[in-house]
This record gives sequence, structure tokens and C-alpha cells, in this order.
Amino acid sequence: MANQNKQYQGTSLILFAVLIITTLLCICYGAVHISIGEIFSALQKWFTAPNGMTLNERVFIEIRLPRALLSVLVGACLATGGVLMQGLFRNPIVEPGLVGTSSGAAFGAALYFVLGSIFKFNAGEWTLPFAACAGALFSTLLVFTFSRSKETGKSSIVTLLLTGIAINALFMSGVGFLSYIARDPQARSITFWGLGTLSGANWHSVLIIGTSTIMCFIIALRYAKHLNALMIGEEEAQLLGLNISRIKFNVLLINVIMVAVATAFVGVISFVGLIVPHLLRIINGSDNRFLLRNGFLLGGILLGVADLIARMALAPAELPIGIVTSAVGVPVFIILLRRKNYSF
Amino acid sequence: MLVAENISYKIGDKTLLENVSLSFEPGKLNLIIGPNGAGKSTLIKTLCNQIRPDTGHIFYANRDINKISITELARIRSVLSQNIELAFPLRVNEVVMMGRYPHFVNDPTEQDELACMESMQFFDVDYLSDRNYMTLSGGEKQRVHFARVISQIWYPITGNYRYLFLDEPLTFLDVRYQFNFMRKIVELLKNTDIVVVGVVHDLNLAAKFSDKIILLNDGKVIASGNKYEVLTKENVKTTYQLEPVIVEGKESLYLFFD
Repeated sequence: MANQNKQYQGTSLILFAVLIITTLLCICYGAVHISIGEIFSALQKWFTAPNGMTLNERVFIEIRLPRALLSVLVGACLATGGVLMQGLFRNPIVEPGLVGTSSGAAFGAALYFVLGSIFKFNAGEWTLPFAACAGALFSTLLVFTFSRSKETGKSSIVTLLLTGIAINALFMSGVGFLSYIARDPQARSITFWGLGTLSGANWHSVLIIGTSTIMCFIIALRYAKHLNALMIGEEEAQLLGLNISRIKFNVLLINVIMVAVATAFVGVISFVGLIVPHLLRIINGSDNRFLLRNGFLLGGILLGVADLIARMALAPAELPIGIVTSAVGVPVFIILLRRKNYSF
Repeated sequence: MLVAENISYKIGDKTLLENVSLSFEPGKLNLIIGPNGAGKSTLIKTLCNQIRPDTGHIFYANRDINKISITELARIRSVLSQNIELAFPLRVNEVVMMGRYPHFVNDPTEQDELACMESMQFFDVDYLSDRNYMTLSGGEKQRVHFARVISQIWYPITGNYRYLFLDEPLTFLDVRYQFNFMRKIVELLKNTDIVVVGVVHDLNLAAKFSDKIILLNDGKVIASGNKYEVLTKENVKTTYQLEPVIVEGKESLYLFFD
């Protein structure tokens, strides 16, 4: 057992190193190339002489750095959400996008853009994340409630997927309608909500997503043990002294806040939450303590790489990042569906 | 000492338990028998606080069960049910460690590790420790499951009895492991602070190992006492609707049906 903890820490260290390298690559490569020297000089000038920066240094501070941080944070959110949802539904093919969290968040955020610009309604910079959370909580609860069988209280994978498809379709068509009537330029871009993009990255969004991510992540770590216990079934977990309904609601809420706040700023990005927990299970098993700690890192790495590909593939044009994650995620998803050694 | 006083439980207008009053002593093997639908599992579930009876009280050493928090209860009572199915691949030692969850907050202590190891040794599954639970055979899974449940109450908690409930634990075991398991439970009962209440189907196993047998039918206690008092021709015939041939051996009774 002590050995396992060491193994877990080893994986974390490696992933952390890879995350740093990925972030550096994200910062250096793009429409203009930024050298390591420029990074250091820019960081120095940021605090001493912000007006004396060269163009490259300003690109680094104002565009690349927030974007790299955003991709890491959003990836971490989605991966953590994936671990939490897979544990909660006791099902390995669940992720926040599938259970309605992302589309609900997109709907809530789009609603805010449209109503906000019509009614001149604005309650500060936290209004958008709040609206996204409300939408996400609503849609996730809908999927959660409708996919549970009345007799056994368990959700079968078929009902879960079908309910997820239905609720997602409903909320995405809601987003479509709102985009159609919207005046706000951000809300008018339907590709933004449907496929996701990190192109809107700025320090404001990094700050808000950073706050919610780190707070939620710390709370999520406390539920690793509970999620493990849920693996042997709700009744057995209850016999271990856990208050199951409270745990379920709290875990759902953490997932909703993390994913919704991220979705509000970057749109719907699918499959990261699905792939990350699986890659980690292949490395070192299903202990949720391991999955949560390393999911944060691996999620950040994957989304960083995906964003790099999105920016580089058709440079100087930019692909929506959702296209990249789906291209990798869909095959993985189908392989998982066809594998027999998971019992659905 | 575990006491149930006038327990009744209904679902709709079907009475599953009717005025059941029983007491169970520590260090003794108490086994509940009865035909299908007699209320055996329901009784176990009320005794271990999985369901709340409509009327009546349950006392764990003079403390009303409703006054014990679920966390505290989880440290002194564990329940062995039928097999569990895992949703994800886990190592055997990770599954067994779940039994210690009520005892630590984030990371297991040395005592928890020790409890895990010793309970795995107790049920002869320590050699499976690093195997994936999902790849085990039915019987191996069952024994790992035993080890997990026993690890939950492996060490005594000062000022408390320990309570172990067995809800038809022998379903997936062949006759050798059934006997092995019952012998392990008897060995466990050398700890005189453990109260064991179990449900079994096999009347001969009950006769061989029990200190006290409770015969249930239609949610009522038909008889309780030692095997000679409970396993009589009349009792068995009225509850199971089958006439037994009862042979008395040196230390036990043997029941045959024709």
C-alpha cells in the first residue's frame, strides 16, 4: 500500500514535468515565435516597466500566457469533472458533456448574454459563471433524475446515454435559438458554444476559472474515498458509514461548478473528461485518490496539446478546439463501448 | 448484547415482520432460519440499521440504535451480504481497505494497513492482494468480500461490542468453503466481544455450528433456542411444509427430506 502511494507520487511528478513542458510549448509556438529569453525579459518588465515591452513580449503577456493557463485550467476542470461523474454514476463511459453539464452551462451562459443585452442586466463579472452554473445544475439534475430506474434506483447505461442525448439536444437547440436572436457578438457565434475555443482567453477569464477550479478541486479531493466506496454499490457504501445522498449531491455540485464556469468562457469541449480517467486507469488502476490528483495534471496536458494543435494545424487560421478533442475522443469512446471487461 | 424489542415492519399492507422480540449474546453464533419470504433478510436489515422498523426498538448494548451516528455505527458493526459487483477494476487490497474507511479520514493509518493484511490472511486471500478483483472467480471474490467486511471490525473499539451480520453469505461457495467459512466465524467468536447474527438456508449447517437458532415464518418468530429445541419435526414441518427425517448424531442433528 505504501508502495502504491509512492507509485502514485511518481506518476504525479512525471505528469507535472510534462505539464510544464506543454505549457512552455503552448507559450512559444503560434503565429509568432516567442523565445525563452523573451519570456524572462517580459516577466521582468511586467513588474518593472510595463510600457517598455516589445511586440513579442506583449503577445506573451497578453495573449499566450493567459491562453496557456486557461487551457491547463479548463483541461483540469473537465478531467476532474469526468472522474467525479464516472464515480458518481458508477459507469466508465460518463463524462460532463454526456450527462448534460456542458450543454446546460452553455445554455445558461447564452441566456445571460441575450437577456443581459436586452434588459441591460448585469451584476458584475460573476454573473456569467453564475448563470452557467444554474443552467448546468438544472440539466445535470434532469439527466440524473430521468436516467434512474424507478425500481432499483440505478441508472443503466442505455437509459443514461439516451437521456443524455435528449437533454443535450434540448439545451443545444436552446443555445441555437438564443444565438439566432442574439445581438451580443460572442453569443452570436454558434460554433463558439458548439465546438469550443480558447481564443477568448484573457486575464479576466483566467482569474475567474482559476478561482473556481482550485477551490472546487481542493473540495473534490476530500471525496476520493467516498467515490471509491461507491464503487461497491450504494448499499455497501452506506454500511461503511457514508451519507450517500449528501455525498451524491455535493459531488454533483462540485462537478457542475467546475465544468460550468469553464464552459461559460470556452464553450462546450467534449471527451477530455472521458479520456483522462481512462488513460490514468490504464497506468495505475481505479483508486479515485490517484485519479483525482493526476486527472488535474493530465487534463491540463491534454487540453494544452489540443489547443496547440488547434492553433498550429491550419495556421494562421485556428480550429475550434472541440474538433481536435472529438477527433481523438470519439474513437476512444467507441473502443470503450465495445470493450467487455467493464461491466455496464 | 443486541436486543430487538417488538419490531414490526410493513411494506404497503404486507407485513414483513410482526412483533419480533429477540436478544443475541456476544461470543455466540446466532443463526436465523426460515423459508423464503419469512422475513430473514428484513430482520437482518433492521438489526443493522439498513432499514428502520415501523415500530419497536433496537438496542446495541443498551443504546438505542437511533442514537448512534452512522459513522460511529460503521466502526463497530459490519454486514456481510451476498456478492458485490465492482464498476471499475480495483486491486484486491484496495477493495479490502474499503472496510477500514470508517476508521480514517484521507489516508489509511498503520493500524488500518495491519487490519487489512490480517483479515486477508484470516480468509486466505493474502496471496491475491495485488490481483484485479474483476478477474477473480466467484468463490475468490466472496472470500475477498469476507475479508473486507471483517477488516471493518477487526480491532475492538473500547467500550463497545462489535457486531457482525451475515446475510446469506454462503450462496456462492461450494460445500468445502461453506464449512471453512463457518469454522472461521466460530474461530472469530473466541473474541467474546463479537455479536454474530446470521441468516443461512442450510438447516444442517445451522444445526452443526449454531449456538442459538431462530426460526422465522411469515414475519413471526416460531421458535428460538438451541438446535434441539428449534429443529423439531413439528417446527420444520409447519414452516417448510416438508416432513423431515431427523437423525441425532453425537454432537449434532441431521435432517433429511424425502
